[in-house]
Amino acid sequence: MNPVAKLAAAAVLAVCLVLTIDPVSAGVALVLELALFPLLGIPWTTFWRRTLPVWIAAPLTALTIALYGRTSGTVYVEFLFVRISDGSLDFALATLLRVLAIALPAVVLFATIDPTDLADGLAQLLRLPPRFVLGALAGVRLMGLAMDDWRSVALARRARGVADRGVIRRFFGQAFTLLVLSLRRASTLATAMEARGFGAPGPRTWARESRWGTREWLLVLVGAAVGGIALVAAVLTGNWRPLIG
Amino acid sequence: MRSSGWGWRHAARLAWATRGLDLRIEPGERVLLLGASGAGKSTLLRALAGVLGADEGEQEGSLTVDGEAPAAARGRAGLVLQDPDSQVILARVGDDVAFGCENLGVPREQIWPRVSEALEAVGLDVALDRSTSALSGGQRQRLALAGVLAMRPGLLLLDEPTANLDPAGVVEVRDAVARVLETTGATLVVVEHRVATWLPIVDRVVVLAPEGVVADGSPDAVLGRRGAELAAQGIWVPGHPPARPARLPQPGEPLLEARELVVGREKVPVNGGIDVTARASQLLAVTGPNGVGKSTLGLTLAGLLPPVGGELRATDVLAAGAGPSPHRWRSRELLTRIGTVFQDPEHQFLARTVREELEIGPHALKAPRPELVDELLERLRLTRLAKANPFTLSGGEQRRLSVATALATRPRLLVLDEPTFGQDAVTWAELVALVAELLAEGTGIVAATHDAEFVDALAGARLELS
Repeated sequence: MNPVAKLAAAAVLAVCLVLTIDPVSAGVALVLELALFPLLGIPWTTFWRRTLPVWIAAPLTALTIALYGRTSGTVYVEFLFVRISDGSLDFALATLLRVLAIALPAVVLFATIDPTDLADGLAQLLRLPPRFVLGALAGVRLMGLAMDDWRSVALARRARGVADRGVIRRFFGQAFTLLVLSLRRASTLATAMEARGFGAPGPRTWARESRWGTREWLLVLVGAAVGGIALVAAVLTGNWRPLIG
Repeated sequence: MRSSGWGWRHAARLAWATRGLDLRIEPGERVLLLGASGAGKSTLLRALAGVLGADEGEQEGSLTVDGEAPAAARGRAGLVLQDPDSQVILARVGDDVAFGCENLGVPREQIWPRVSEALEAVGLDVALDRSTSALSGGQRQRLALAGVLAMRPGLLLLDEPTANLDPAGVVEVRDAVARVLETTGATLVVVEHRVATWLPIVDRVVVLAPEGVVADGSPDAVLGRRGAELAAQGIWVPGHPPARPARLPQPGEPLLEARELVVGREKVPVNGGIDVTARASQLLAVTGPNGVGKSTLGLTLAGLLPPVGGELRATDVLAAGAGPSPHRWRSRELLTRIGTVFQDPEHQFLARTVREELEIGPHALKAPRPELVDELLERLRLTRLAKANPFTLSGGEQRRLSVATALATRPRLLVLDEPTFGQDAVTWAELVALVAELLAEGTGIVAATHDAEFVDALAGARLELS
């Protein structure tokens, strides 16, 4: 599956779901998504591990809105700035479902994207400038090296006798060293890339073709269908609450 | 390749990196480029590769490759650099080799045959979708070489391609280059301190100084005539070995004892069943092939990583009241007990100037000792650089500084991780002399190293990991 298709499907779905704020459209979308996920063939353990942050973040967002959201209807609790009302609870539920409905498919689809394939797709299909795409791709690889550097720097600071200080000071000190190291690596990498003709005048070719076929159209279509059905359901049940206007 | 009166000055520098360079290299020649550090060798290679941009400095005279300006002849010259980590560009082996071809606009159907051909030429027999981060240092350098070869360059430029490799990796890369030259007939220009590595395959030696070419001729003629002079500049010339200490002191009392020790990172064991004792006045050399856990053992003995299993006990002499387990000591308690010098000095720099760098340890102990700092600056020839930023120093200077920072708090035990990696012969001899002095003063030393000469010169005890 072309990564650009995954990107597009998640984007289409997200656009549909931010048009209205109501529990029905988000709920319908979520149910359809949960029914479709098994078709992607991702093991359930992987699914839960990848999406765990979403399951934590969504209720927290909802809780905040329940406590501080716009007040209407019956007020249940009032304490300082906290005011829980019918309106804020309704809005909190809609937000909870919406965050899940947008973030879950995004995480599930993105989790299986290979950065190299994505770069191929972005440059060949969407015609983004190769300099930008390949620069970013090389940068992603440097992230892995940065992780190793971070561990070494932490050990080195302990050896230098300065690791007893506060966590925050330590973090910023380490971050600065890491920044210097990363700049150094990045400039070597840039030289190596230039030495291999990166940025040479004339057209660039691509060793692997980024393909777009029926499967890709199908995935985007599924994304659009889920979003469309959700919107229609909201309109039919009289819950259409446009965000703008 | 031809240059006449060529010179280059890096932006924001007053001195020319190289100037008045007259040199002519004919197709098919194999040239070893020598010179003290700062003689402009790397600058010349980068200029030939066409990667010195007009915004990076100022040029005078002329320099041409195949009669053209190097930047216009991109792809005619291929450059391989020193650091194996920073020149891997993409995540998969095949893509990385194809990268150069893509940039030159080679049609797709021609790219993949070129990729297989290049990988075969360097003897890298791995799947095209193999992850590049799973390769060893020697394999990565061969990958970089393959990436360059796939562009079919007429001129191969190698900038210390084996300086960061273990002995097996050095031979791997050298042999790959030899094979490539045999089949392609390409011209070679290689910069390297360790002359012996490349002597079997070069037919001309050029010695560079900031004022231009100072010697040029067959390897025998140049090394015979100027061997001593080159050795004094830090080049490893066969027959001119760097000085070694005359004799080593008797080993002293035990400082650190490991029994059935298992070492690893994040609880993942790397090596185990290690029985070893580190003693005062003795250098314990930890050797073994890449990835066998030498550094991990070093960091564990240094109290930086917790043991994964077994026992590691500091004797009362070393612990001095801080408890038997080094990894439980506070960071500050380590300072006077165990000092560590990391393989990459830049990982451990914290301050803006060399002097401040040396003051950090004593300051953390709340015992500033300006006279000791002065003495260390003097002893390691850093006085002139006291106000310089540690990150701007040369490789040899950084190594000396990282050793000095560990010595500033006078630890009883010193752990060194690959102390001589990538060092020239002058710095090497200085390090050996310094270590010998420390041993004589009663310091215990553990060194994880590939360097057989270093082990020969200093080791009182050896531990070979496998």
